[in-house]
Amino acid sequence: MGLIFEKSVSGRRGYLNPKSDVGVKGEIASKYKRGKDCPFPEQTELDVVRHYTALSQKNFSVDTNFYPLGSCTMKYNPKFTESVAQIPGFAQLHPLLPQLKNGEELTQGALHVLYEMEQFCCAITGLDAFTMQPLAGAHGELTGVMMMAAYHKAKGNKKKYIIVPDAAHGTNPATAIIAGYEIISIPTTKDGVMDLKILKEKITDEVAGMMLTCPDTHGIFNSDVDKISEMIHAVDGLMYYDGANLNAILGRCRPGDIGFDVMHINTHKTFTTPHGGGGPGAGPVGVNKKLMPYLPISRVIKKANGTFALNYDYPNSIGYIASFYGNFALLLRAYAYLLLLGKEGLIETTNHAVLNANYVRQRLKERYTIAYDRICMHEAVFSANKQAERGVHALDIAKYLIDQGMHPPTVYFPLTVKESIMVEPTETEAKATIDDFIKAMFAADDLSQTNPEIFHDLPKTTPITRPDEVRAARDLNTNFFGKLS
Amino acid sequence: MIPYIANTNKEVQEMLKIIGVNSIDDLFVDIKPHQRPKSFNLPEGKSELEVVSHLKQLAAKNATNLIPFIGGGYYDHYIPAAVSALVSRGEFYTAYTPYQPECAQGTLQALYEFQSSICALTSMEVANASLYDGGTALYEAAMMAIRITGRRKIIMDGGVSPIYRKILKSYTINLNIEFHESPVIHGQSDRKSILPLLDKDTAAVILQNPNFFGAIDDHSDIIEKAHELGILAIESVYPISLGLIKTPGEMGADIVTGEGQSLGLPLNFGGPYLGFMATRKEYIRKMPGRIVGETVDMHGRRCFVNTLQAREQHIRREKATSNICTNVSLCALQSVIFMSLLGKEGFKELAQLNLDKTEFAKQTLSKIKGVEVKRSSPTFNEFTIHLPIDASIVVEAMLKKGFAAGFPLGRYYPGMENYMIVAVTEKRTKEEIINYSRELEEVLNNERVMVSTRSS
Repeated sequence: MGLIFEKSVSGRRGYLNPKSDVGVKGEIASKYKRGKDCPFPEQTELDVVRHYTALSQKNFSVDTNFYPLGSCTMKYNPKFTESVAQIPGFAQLHPLLPQLKNGEELTQGALHVLYEMEQFCCAITGLDAFTMQPLAGAHGELTGVMMMAAYHKAKGNKKKYIIVPDAAHGTNPATAIIAGYEIISIPTTKDGVMDLKILKEKITDEVAGMMLTCPDTHGIFNSDVDKISEMIHAVDGLMYYDGANLNAILGRCRPGDIGFDVMHINTHKTFTTPHGGGGPGAGPVGVNKKLMPYLPISRVIKKANGTFALNYDYPNSIGYIASFYGNFALLLRAYAYLLLLGKEGLIETTNHAVLNANYVRQRLKERYTIAYDRICMHEAVFSANKQAERGVHALDIAKYLIDQGMHPPTVYFPLTVKESIMVEPTETEAKATIDDFIKAMFAADDLSQTNPEIFHDLPKTTPITRPDEVRAARDLNTNFFGKLS
Repeated sequence: MIPYIANTNKEVQEMLKIIGVNSIDDLFVDIKPHQRPKSFNLPEGKSELEVVSHLKQLAAKNATNLIPFIGGGYYDHYIPAAVSALVSRGEFYTAYTPYQPECAQGTLQALYEFQSSICALTSMEVANASLYDGGTALYEAAMMAIRITGRRKIIMDGGVSPIYRKILKSYTINLNIEFHESPVIHGQSDRKSILPLLDKDTAAVILQNPNFFGAIDDHSDIIEKAHELGILAIESVYPISLGLIKTPGEMGADIVTGEGQSLGLPLNFGGPYLGFMATRKEYIRKMPGRIVGETVDMHGRRCFVNTLQAREQHIRREKATSNICTNVSLCALQSVIFMSLLGKEGFKELAQLNLDKTEFAKQTLSKIKGVEVKRSSPTFNEFTIHLPIDASIVVEAMLKKGFAAGFPLGRYYPGMENYMIVAVTEKRTKEEIINYSRELEEVLNNERVMVSTRSS
């Protein structure tokens, strides 16, 4: 399918600007003007609508396909959360209004949402305060680690290292480095959890803290987590909870109760704000009392008279980490979702997420090697090692699933498992859908035994098959106009 | 039972039987009794109808009928209906990062078109597939310049958004990076104060055009001087202005970032917005964020993939160029649809319309006694005015008359309490501008009366 620029027809218009009603023409001197007009495409509105509608139809999405992408929590995004985000009283609100003199009065509804979201997040996680500002999960990680650094600085601690298990998401080590730390990586035992013996050897007074996903990226809840917290706290280190897998423990366990000092929530995972093809997300960060003084500014407070205000007066704050108050329209969706679900709904969410994952685990291990054969939480990790011996790799199985109309699970992550296939069905999928998935996975296994070579040019039902990624990186073409010049 | 869970009790029992446990509770054996929540105090669930009514009530507590003359980098532009109609397609917004290119060509091609549009807009060679917002994009640009040059000093022009400056400072406080700011003036970049700050230890000079005070500049001379010293020039831009004004590419900038909110995104009380970044081809491997590239599939068909992933955290982990993972793909899509609808002519006209309305507003406001419109430099759609009294008091009085009259500079610049910036987009009508001017005059008259009463 052609690019929108290639479809351009000189003279077509997609939108008509109003005529100027002011009778004055603004002039700028030619030295300040751009040389050539910006070469945007010339298309009618229908041309543009057809183009992007056709593009949308080349995507798999939760609305159209089963999407068990492990570690991403691709649950259904309820439609009403989209409609509340469009309410003009929220959508058209300028972020600088509350910064005007007595301007907070103009944004009481929005501040109410932020304030109550903080209360909800505290109740769910057992932490004492939250900032809604981080704009994605990884941004939350950075905010959290910056607060850890501020804590150590204030106490005069000489800290150099952050401990990260080898099964962690890549964002953890990348974040710690960007915040100015070095990494100590801890291997995984054969039971799928962090090796405590090695951990013990590695802990020194120079350890600033640990970043831990719990349940971890193997879908396993480490029962020793409070022991780990104690070991880290013993050197005045801090425990960072990566909230990527929070969907597994809602109402069953709270990070704040088991020794974590700071955490982020991925609203686009647990609180079902849409993933948008790769964002926008939102990554609220929570802390216990130890870290409260360092939260970013501004913070939303409730005054004695019941009205809400922004407070910037926190002398130990790490400062501004985003332009405003967070990705408000996403926090609003999450708030609406939490209000609808309530306490019981959240518990049910986790119950069904864990039930579905264990069902997949039990059924699929008949044909695929289970990475760690034990009860799992919200996701189950397999290895396609047996199939790989027959020449059919995790990637081949992924491509086979695409032809069956299913988005593949996460493959080749976590890095700790060879040929890994990580399945996270989420609570919104029905047993029947999961049964279809298992059937497809079994069929792929059958084919790996009878006809392994057919995998190599799959998928066949998609507009394209197996892009040449080496060529993409070698003959770089990332800009249509750059190619022309 | 909530409406987003499918399994019935009967199915649950079947599944538990297959798993080999008696109850759902048995699946949580790894969470030990002492690890269970001390409390879980959340409200009871509600129906969709109740939640929507509640939120409509809350929305009504926000001031939505103010006529906005407030900008500061975030503007009230019209968004054609087709933009939201297309972005609301579930195939776009309920998909995730295109890890499987065969079933994500829609997102991937749209992001390639976005990157191309950003390059066209800024006259740069390469762009990434988006960053969180304009402020964090500028921080990423500063870090990128430090990686490229191996130097650790950053010079920032006083015209850069004060919000962006605060963000950069918080992120770099522990990183052994030296910051110097040229003093603030409300016109163009002050060459006399910036140029002496540039030296061979400087990684980058950060400029903004139009700057926070609305001034348009041609930074070619500063950039040329920077290049002589091996310094990279970073330009933060406001995309709508680039329909008319000299592009950062034409000025020789090395890294360009900006806030893309004005390209079809609602104001949304601060987010989600759209950070973008463009640079020279030679620096592409040092650029953070996802990059989509064109290639061919095994049958030679054109297609698109995430490329140069070896820069990214999910491959490189602690050696990545940034920790960024999720960015703002959907906002990028929104903006490329906006740019495509406006098209070559429409985009230029839109910029001219903003300029015309602003010129009219400047002329109208300068007729008010006590209002001094700063004309030391050309402006685009925002400009600085000086008032005889504290601007925050004037703005507060104007709110009561139904106008968000501007943004007082005293909030971020001590000593500039009597100044404010006023933004005029294509949405403001002649009538609104005249009414604004009349009400402003009245507010100033009232204040003058009050001041003279107080002093007599």
